[in-house]
Amino acid sequence: MTQLWNFGGGVHPPENKSQSNSRPIRPAGLPAKLILPLQQHIGEPGQKVLKGEVIAQVGNGMGVPVHAPTSGIVERISLEPVPHPSGMSDTCVVLIPDGEERWCELVPQPGYRKLERDQVLALIRQAGIVGLGGAGFPTNIKLRPSVDRKVDTLILNGAECEPYITADDMTMREKADQVMAGLRIMAWLLRPARVVIGIEENKPEAIAALRQAADGSKTEIAVIPTIYPSGGEKQLIQILTGQEVPSGGIPADIGVMCQNIGTAVAVADAILQGKPLISRVMTATGEALAEPGNFEVLVGTPTSHLLTCAGVDKQRMSRLVLGGPMMGYTLPNTDIPLIKTSNCVIAASASELPAPAPEQPCIRCGQCAEACPMELLPQQLFWHAKATEFEKAEHLNLFDCIECGACSYVCPSSIPLVQYYRFAKGEIRLQRAEQQKSDRARVRFEARQQRLDREQQEKDQRRKDRALAAAKAQEQKTADAQTRAQDGTVTDERAGKSALVEQALARKKAKTAAASAERTEPSTQLSEEAAPSETFAPENADKTPAAETAPSVEELEQQLTQAQAKLEKMQSMLEDARSGQAPNVDKLERAVDKNIERVRRAQRAIDDAQQQAVPANRNAEPALSRSND
Amino acid sequence: MALVQQSSPHAHRARPTSRVMLWVIIAAVPGLLAQTVFFGWGNLINVVWCIALALATEAAILKWRSKPVGFFLKDNTAAVTGLLLGLSLPQFAPWWVSAVAVFSAIVVAKQLYGGLGSNPFNPAMVGYALVLISFPLAMTTNWAAPVGLWQDAPGFGETLSAIASGQQTAVDGWTMATPLDEYKHKVGSHTAAEITIHPTFGNFVARGWEWVNAAFLAGGLVLLALRIISWHIPVGFLGGLVAMSLLFGTNADQYAPLSLHLLAGGTMLGAFFIATDPVSAATSHQGKLIYAVGIGALVYLIRSWGNYPDAVAFSVLLMNFAVPFIDYYTPPRTYGHHKARRGLPTRKQG
Repeated sequence: MTQLWNFGGGVHPPENKSQSNSRPIRPAGLPAKLILPLQQHIGEPGQKVLKGEVIAQVGNGMGVPVHAPTSGIVERISLEPVPHPSGMSDTCVVLIPDGEERWCELVPQPGYRKLERDQVLALIRQAGIVGLGGAGFPTNIKLRPSVDRKVDTLILNGAECEPYITADDMTMREKADQVMAGLRIMAWLLRPARVVIGIEENKPEAIAALRQAADGSKTEIAVIPTIYPSGGEKQLIQILTGQEVPSGGIPADIGVMCQNIGTAVAVADAILQGKPLISRVMTATGEALAEPGNFEVLVGTPTSHLLTCAGVDKQRMSRLVLGGPMMGYTLPNTDIPLIKTSNCVIAASASELPAPAPEQPCIRCGQCAEACPMELLPQQLFWHAKATEFEKAEHLNLFDCIECGACSYVCPSSIPLVQYYRFAKGEIRLQRAEQQKSDRARVRFEARQQRLDREQQEKDQRRKDRALAAAKAQEQKTADAQTRAQDGTVTDERAGKSALVEQALARKKAKTAAASAERTEPSTQLSEEAAPSETFAPENADKTPAAETAPSVEELEQQLTQAQAKLEKMQSMLEDARSGQAPNVDKLERAVDKNIERVRRAQRAIDDAQQQAVPANRNAEPALSRSND
Repeated sequence: MALVQQSSPHAHRARPTSRVMLWVIIAAVPGLLAQTVFFGWGNLINVVWCIALALATEAAILKWRSKPVGFFLKDNTAAVTGLLLGLSLPQFAPWWVSAVAVFSAIVVAKQLYGGLGSNPFNPAMVGYALVLISFPLAMTTNWAAPVGLWQDAPGFGETLSAIASGQQTAVDGWTMATPLDEYKHKVGSHTAAEITIHPTFGNFVARGWEWVNAAFLAGGLVLLALRIISWHIPVGFLGGLVAMSLLFGTNADQYAPLSLHLLAGGTMLGAFFIATDPVSAATSHQGKLIYAVGIGALVYLIRSWGNYPDAVAFSVLLMNFAVPFIDYYTPPRTYGHHKARRGLPTRKQG
């Protein structure tokens, strides 16, 4: 006898399994269309596909390919409602079966033991196998735990503790050999010390079938008490090993791995027959069905097809639950396709799953705490969730809640506790996401601020460096001048400096002398004050003597012509004004005089320009000679 | 027909609060019967009167608070409060004493705190303690003598008129000091043998009271079997009382003996029906144990050294005060955690 442990809590809801486990597994057959939810796809509308052919490959490592469950034509690739509690839509391949059921080529690997383990894992991935227990985690990834997590105990979960569901029960009864074969492959991959199948005691036929199939092997068949949720991964591990999965960890952390019955069958089919995962056993039950039972259902089959197979009475059906009555979710309509993780459809009548009574105040009776398999304080979590005191709820380990529904099941006040926890978890996740977002923004801002500060510092540093370099250069220059002065007649530093100053002064004087010579020499009539005025003569004087050449004369002549023209215009205007007795006569007279003066000056400037040229440099010479004194 | 959209779980156990409370009432019937057999009609009349009054008061205040009257009345919690008061009050307590107790229980202790589920104190015990302090004469002199010791035993009509007359004290011949009271007043000056010669003690432990307590114990075991209450509070209560008695009072000449503590007064009623009020009790299993041991210990302390012969009401109320403190330190260890997370969340730095 395998030693068993207890987990805290648990409830005994009515099992309701006999409705569906009294008939053998029936094929659900071909529906009119198959809707295959994808993440990535390669199929083209109109493309003909064979049964078992890959129609969707995955890009990243966290997915598995999708296969055509039957041969047919891809009608379209579109957004379709998929089974999800939120009722969301996702990209799906819609396949119209051609009824021929033509398989693609299959490559069985009965001698898988000769292959590398990685090759077998790749085959499992290629077969599109995910955990059929509910989460749908890719099996090949799960079967390859990291090096530091050696799996000592491999558990096959045949507990099936949810009421109504009998898919695993019937699979174990009818496919015990395949279950064992799949288990052997997984055990070969993991090489655990212990392999154990946990089955609730309410499945005597399955226990007998598996005992027979496992006869002679070291696999333990552990018959465990019937209590919900014994089939929860954490609870089953506790029952079979007495160990607890650390909070936030995975079973491999304590050297345990759980696999589902259906997954074992899928692995066996994939390796030993080369068949990809294109169908699974599903329970169709509930009072609205005339012939409830288990069916081999192609992945992508619309729910309505399965319900029809089980003889649905649509008038009686008030609630359609995908999954069990404890953790399943309601479907909005019967078009939703059934997928790899769908294990049960309950078409319930109104009396079977009646609407819950109105919520009453919590009386803290503690029934929920008694029932909680995770040993939480559900009523405290409820108070905190309701009061949106999420911090306190988290402190009481809200995130360890597995949402099994045991607390809501027993609550005498009919409080939808699980819904409160989902709400609180969602809010906390949202807050965390926002926190992360603002953290990132802060980091970004701080980085920018740092960069700006750094750039400013660098700029300052460069400026300082330049100033320093300039100072150094200045020093060098002074030193040079000193050396030069020392080489020359002046011996002391002061003399050197004064020599430099005198040199500079001499240069300046020479310049001024040249300029004044230019200005004074040609004409004494040209007043100094006239120089900055807009007349062309002083402009001329500003120019360096060397520039006083022929083009300048031409220029002057041109200006003269302009001035003469202006003068003529002014004179005619003056005459007009005089004849018309205009008030601006005086003003015009003054303007005419000014222009006459201007023309005269221009005339003179031209003459000067023609005479000049040679004496300019001669004037500069004495200044230069003086600087050498 | 549109399909029902509902979040999981879809299955629910059919045991609403009203049924839970109904079971509490049913489980109290043996005790009430024993009271009636051994102490006359007084308790039965009190129970009916208190329940009627409790329902009427609850309805009135619910209406005043604009709450759905029928919805809340049907949860049977007001009836349980009335029942507990009717079972606890002296048999010949005048009608207005009961009325004050019920009123303060329903209006003050329950509804003014927010109604069902929000009261920090046990409503029935608030009512009881209030009248015990306010009307000491009416609350101490009206305990019925065990049936066999009555001179000129009153019938139903006489008992009813005694209660309805509103007299502070009932006819002297009908009443008698309770065993706990008798023992308390004579212990120290008398030996145990001298004390227990008083007829109130009867042949066994406490005439009549022993059967009443046994009947409440039986009813309590039914509640345990139905898992309406968990074992933690009754076991803690009785365990605390027994431990204190063994620790301090093994000498019957100086302290009331353990048997009297267990089988006289409101011990079993308190342990299985009163202290187990979930709303005002501690939350976790460990917390419930601490809470109940505290009540048991306080019962012994007050009975032995306090001014009152019985002490369930005060002990329960005192421990009600301590509940938030107990809850603070006694959360259970969650699956997958090394130890329980005590106290309040510590604020993260920054």
